[in-house]
Amino acid sequence: MNKTRSMSRHKRMKDIASYVALIVLSIIWLVPIFWVVMTSFREEPGSYTSYFFPKSLTINNYVNLLTDNTQFYFMKWFGNTFFVAVCSCVISTFFVLAVSYTMSRMRFKMRKPLMNIAMILGMFPGFMSMIAVYYILKGLGITQSLLALIMVYSGGAGLGFFVAKGFFDTLPKALDEAALIDGATRLQIFTKITIPLSKPIIVYTVLTSFLGPWMDFIFASVIMGDNYDNYTVALGLFKMLEREFINDYYTQFAAGCVLVSIPIAALFISMQKYYVEGVSGGAVKG
Amino acid sequence: MGKGKKKKSINDGSVVVQVIQKGDVWAKLSMVIMGFANLRRKQIVKGLIFLLIEASFIYYMVQTGVNALKNMITLGTQTQGWVYDEELGIDVLAQGDNSMLLLLYGVLCLFIITAFVLAWRANLKSAMEVQMLEAKGRPVPGFIDDVKIYMDQKFNRTLLTLPMIGVLAFTVLPLAYMILAAFTNYDNAHQPPGNLFTWIGLDNFGTILGSGSTIGKTFWPILAWTIIWAFFATFLNYIGGILLALLINRKSVKFKSLWRTIFVMSIAIPSFVSLLVMRTMLQPDGAVNVLLKSWGLIEESLPFWTNATFARVSVIVVNLWVGVPYTMLITSGILLNIPEELFEAASIDGANAAVMFRKITMPYVVFVTTPYLITQFVGNINNFNIIYLLSGGGPSTLDYYQAGKTDLLVTWLYKLTVNSKDYCYASAIGIIIFVISAVASLLTYRKTSAYNNEEAFQ
Repeated sequence: MNKTRSMSRHKRMKDIASYVALIVLSIIWLVPIFWVVMTSFREEPGSYTSYFFPKSLTINNYVNLLTDNTQFYFMKWFGNTFFVAVCSCVISTFFVLAVSYTMSRMRFKMRKPLMNIAMILGMFPGFMSMIAVYYILKGLGITQSLLALIMVYSGGAGLGFFVAKGFFDTLPKALDEAALIDGATRLQIFTKITIPLSKPIIVYTVLTSFLGPWMDFIFASVIMGDNYDNYTVALGLFKMLEREFINDYYTQFAAGCVLVSIPIAALFISMQKYYVEGVSGGAVKG
Repeated sequence: MGKGKKKKSINDGSVVVQVIQKGDVWAKLSMVIMGFANLRRKQIVKGLIFLLIEASFIYYMVQTGVNALKNMITLGTQTQGWVYDEELGIDVLAQGDNSMLLLLYGVLCLFIITAFVLAWRANLKSAMEVQMLEAKGRPVPGFIDDVKIYMDQKFNRTLLTLPMIGVLAFTVLPLAYMILAAFTNYDNAHQPPGNLFTWIGLDNFGTILGSGSTIGKTFWPILAWTIIWAFFATFLNYIGGILLALLINRKSVKFKSLWRTIFVMSIAIPSFVSLLVMRTMLQPDGAVNVLLKSWGLIEESLPFWTNATFARVSVIVVNLWVGVPYTMLITSGILLNIPEELFEAASIDGANAAVMFRKITMPYVVFVTTPYLITQFVGNINNFNIIYLLSGGGPSTLDYYQAGKTDLLVTWLYKLTVNSKDYCYASAIGIIIFVISAVASLLTYRKTSAYNNEEAFQ
């Protein structure tokens, strides 16, 4: 009797300890997020203040960010990014599904060699080819345009097929064979059988390729140079932190960060199930 | 469609040999005039396509291709400079050769030649096919039938065409160009169009790997820091993530999805936002120093980004903020799959929580997640964003060439490309990074079931 009581007290201590740990960790994890939200509502300008909590709050940072177009065109950039993200997401998704279906369901002589080549290409650091990509786009005469960005984001998408291929590998092959016996063509199998069964992996592919343009600013800055009109959100926000702007625009920068983060974080949190399946399906099977 | 069954067809062996041995006049003529055999057998469209390919290839080679190859060998001889113009009587700027473009056109020309050789082989194959069909008295398929085959038996080619073009244009071609650049002296002193650069063989690798120059003296410390960083970033995140997942997975903890969402927020927010915010917060006048001062913990601001050791610890610690929830997200599912009996048996034997963690949880998780761990390690070697956005590679130092104390190989590569335009060194470093990643991944990936048992579930 005595022993059970001490055990249950022991257990309660442990529960309390774990809640305390979780609360402390949550605070640590939320402080930066809280700070940026707070800064976006801060009335006093400047990147640094000698106090943690702002003296007065305002929504002017948001209003200015969205309406004041003298230096930064946030709305336009948001539109640009959305346009680029939608286009490159459509193209990338098609590329990824086409390649992964082929590699998973069809058997042909070049299959393994092509897969190995794809893996080798993936091991080169992406920035290595940045300058050459720039000169190729220049040769095509489309630098500083949104088309160039779409091409860069989706052009090499076909290489990222491993996760989706891992998914297709798990679909029973008997389905394909039955359809083949019934006289279906490969095209019909792809569009009528495989695609409808692949919702999770399509969602994963669509979302990851949609999010890409919102996050990248390296390729965007190399391609866009000083063409403000065609900046993406990430690049524009990064620009706001340059020395001549940072003091006047830091609070607007914070507001921009909040506006961009809300939809992206919402998308990510809602798709995290697919995301985990995607990542762990390919890599964690052991 | 079995995997083991090798179809014995004209695909096997060299088509060229076959044409020479068994081909009829038309097939042999196809070696010179592409599509001839097809045209002869009334495959007009196909034949014309082959013919058109050949015509445009010859036109291209005569017009630019031959020159492109020649120039690729020399990379230009004529430096841009002032030349006396007799007519005007003054010096004028004469356009010189542009090594950069010459190299690019050369690479492009090699790609076009390769493509042509493939087309030429396809032409011979097709010639043999129609010849055999005719010999057997079977009808020769028309263009429409050919197209239909590309929607069915050869659907793989249809599906792969566009993605392959994309990859060739935006990955393979630039990469080939940059790999070649690693064997030239395309550094900031040899920038076209003002100057020419030329082939120098393996000298760049000698400079980087040797310790004679500043670049060599930069490379080894940066490589060491890259490995140290990748090690700590990977393992601390891994252990931390597993502990966090265990904490949230505890049976008595309520609101599991709420806790999980709080931590997942840090991955869900775009990294440029969270990292740039962290950088500001850790500045001398930033929020963290302000808080610590107001609590009376410190008098002077902590030099998070200006002291090398501080900066290195800071990037590792901030990386935990992003990395721990990530591992938590990936591993919580795995942790729930550990057979409950293992823990019950252990607790009957009197094992406490720490022992169970060391002897059951960790071995199980490590066993299942080794491939993930390696991917993470390689990913951290190439973790550009966190270093670039947080410390920018700083604090800078005069001991290094174009790099700071927290720079990784990738961020150094970036700086060499964008800041100092030392493309040849940047490319050589890219190749070295590739070798490191390749060794790490090949050792493990080929052992995983995802690679070996891809048909396990089919």
